[in-house]
Amino acid sequence: MTAILRTEKLRVEFRSRDVGQTTKVALRGLDLEVGAGEVFGFLGPNGAGKTTTMNVLLGFVPPTRGAAYLFDIDVRQPIARQRIGYLPELTYYYKFLTAEELLRFYAKIFGLPRPVADRRIPELLKLVELEPAARRPIKTYSKGMQQRVGLAQALINNPDLLILDEPTSGLDPLGRMRVREIIQRLKNEGKTVFFSSHELGEVESVCDRVAIIHHGELKALGRVADITGSHANLEKAFLDIIGYPAQPVS
Amino acid sequence: MKNISAVAGIVIKELYRRKDFYALFIVTVVICGLMAMLNIYNDTNIVRYLKEICLDLIWISSLVIAITTTARQIPAERENRTLLPLLAKPLTRTQLILGKFLGCWLACGLALLCFYLFFGALAASREHHWLLLNYFQAGLMHWFLLGVIVAFALLGSLIFAAPSSNATICFVLVGGILFVGRNLDRVALTLREPTRAIVNALYYALPHLEFYDLRDLVVHNWPLVAWKYIVLALLYASFYMAVFLIGACLVFRRKAVN
Repeated sequence: MTAILRTEKLRVEFRSRDVGQTTKVALRGLDLEVGAGEVFGFLGPNGAGKTTTMNVLLGFVPPTRGAAYLFDIDVRQPIARQRIGYLPELTYYYKFLTAEELLRFYAKIFGLPRPVADRRIPELLKLVELEPAARRPIKTYSKGMQQRVGLAQALINNPDLLILDEPTSGLDPLGRMRVREIIQRLKNEGKTVFFSSHELGEVESVCDRVAIIHHGELKALGRVADITGSHANLEKAFLDIIGYPAQPVS
Repeated sequence: MKNISAVAGIVIKELYRRKDFYALFIVTVVICGLMAMLNIYNDTNIVRYLKEICLDLIWISSLVIAITTTARQIPAERENRTLLPLLAKPLTRTQLILGKFLGCWLACGLALLCFYLFFGALAASREHHWLLLNYFQAGLMHWFLLGVIVAFALLGSLIFAAPSSNATICFVLVGGILFVGRNLDRVALTLREPTRAIVNALYYALPHLEFYDLRDLVVHNWPLVAWKYIVLALLYASFYMAVFLIGACLVFRRKAVN
């Protein structure tokens, strides 16, 4: 299996500027490998280091030690991001633009020729079901519609790898289902999807493999069925792995 | 270059879709239009006062547009988190800064063009002649002055946390340089060392924005400034733009994105 995304002994430390504050270690020697065509769930409680890992992969944060690669290119080189799509958590896109203009802007940054962009933009708007609102300013969109615009911008360059940071966060059940369907469709098209989520049921239903991190350390990595093991579901396994104490019901 | 022009295009779209420019333009048009209708003391030279007031309003409006538009660019990208998907694309931080600068500067240029067209029409309606080259020199120098201010505000937006504090500092500094900058060397002569050396150093280090104020040229229909001096002034402004932009790129390279 070809590794599309790889981290080697990845360590990230944040030095505090405040006097008396110690250095915070966000990641402690993280080793990950995601193969082509996989849907990979990246799980962990808040503050576990999921977003930091994504920030390193996207070149926003330099690793303190270790390395990260996308398509075998060091993530510190901008060219590593040519074949990826990224959806951040809760983003408010330029509200004075329409969805069509926003997608055209991102297409220009990827250097897509105009005829390709002309074909790709309506396709994406149809995929995320935003065709009727394509020429309306984004400021008139609901939260769910904004999230779908985000998904469309992440797909503008027809990426081989999609990095999604809590793609269903803040969405209603219908919105979640739509995003899940899109991820499923991308999987069927052979795309690699790397996403973080707190919705464990959703992870269980769409992911091939998952990794669970806690306090910056990798706690579990494997197929969903293997990690669930003897537990009733992924949520129970997750709580057990991160060491959540069972509370007796009084 | 395509990345820089894409970012610049978004900034220009933002300017013409927001109300700031229209509000300032309408205020200028209304004030000057009303004044143009008045005939005070049957004074034929009243047109000079009218031109002066109109140019003052244009200067104030252009400074407001340049500083407020630039000061909010990077902070708004961070606050709305649009910086994340943007930098996750093959776009470098230097390209983003240059795109923002170019967009703000071009947007200011477009706004200036509208203002000067109105000014020209107003002046021509009273004077019945149009000194095109005078307007061109005054407008060009004004635009380059805004270039220096835009580059400075962009650097400030990476240093100061809030756009409002950056805008205030820019207004105070620009106002200070325009009003007292030219006299700093004379002020230095009245001081003792080491203050004298500091004020003298400031006199030479700060950009002399007053060089770009050619309002009298169009108000009094003076002869054109020699083009070699205009070219030198444009090079001087370009130098300061480059210095502030290099500073902004260096600061932004070390800045956390989120």
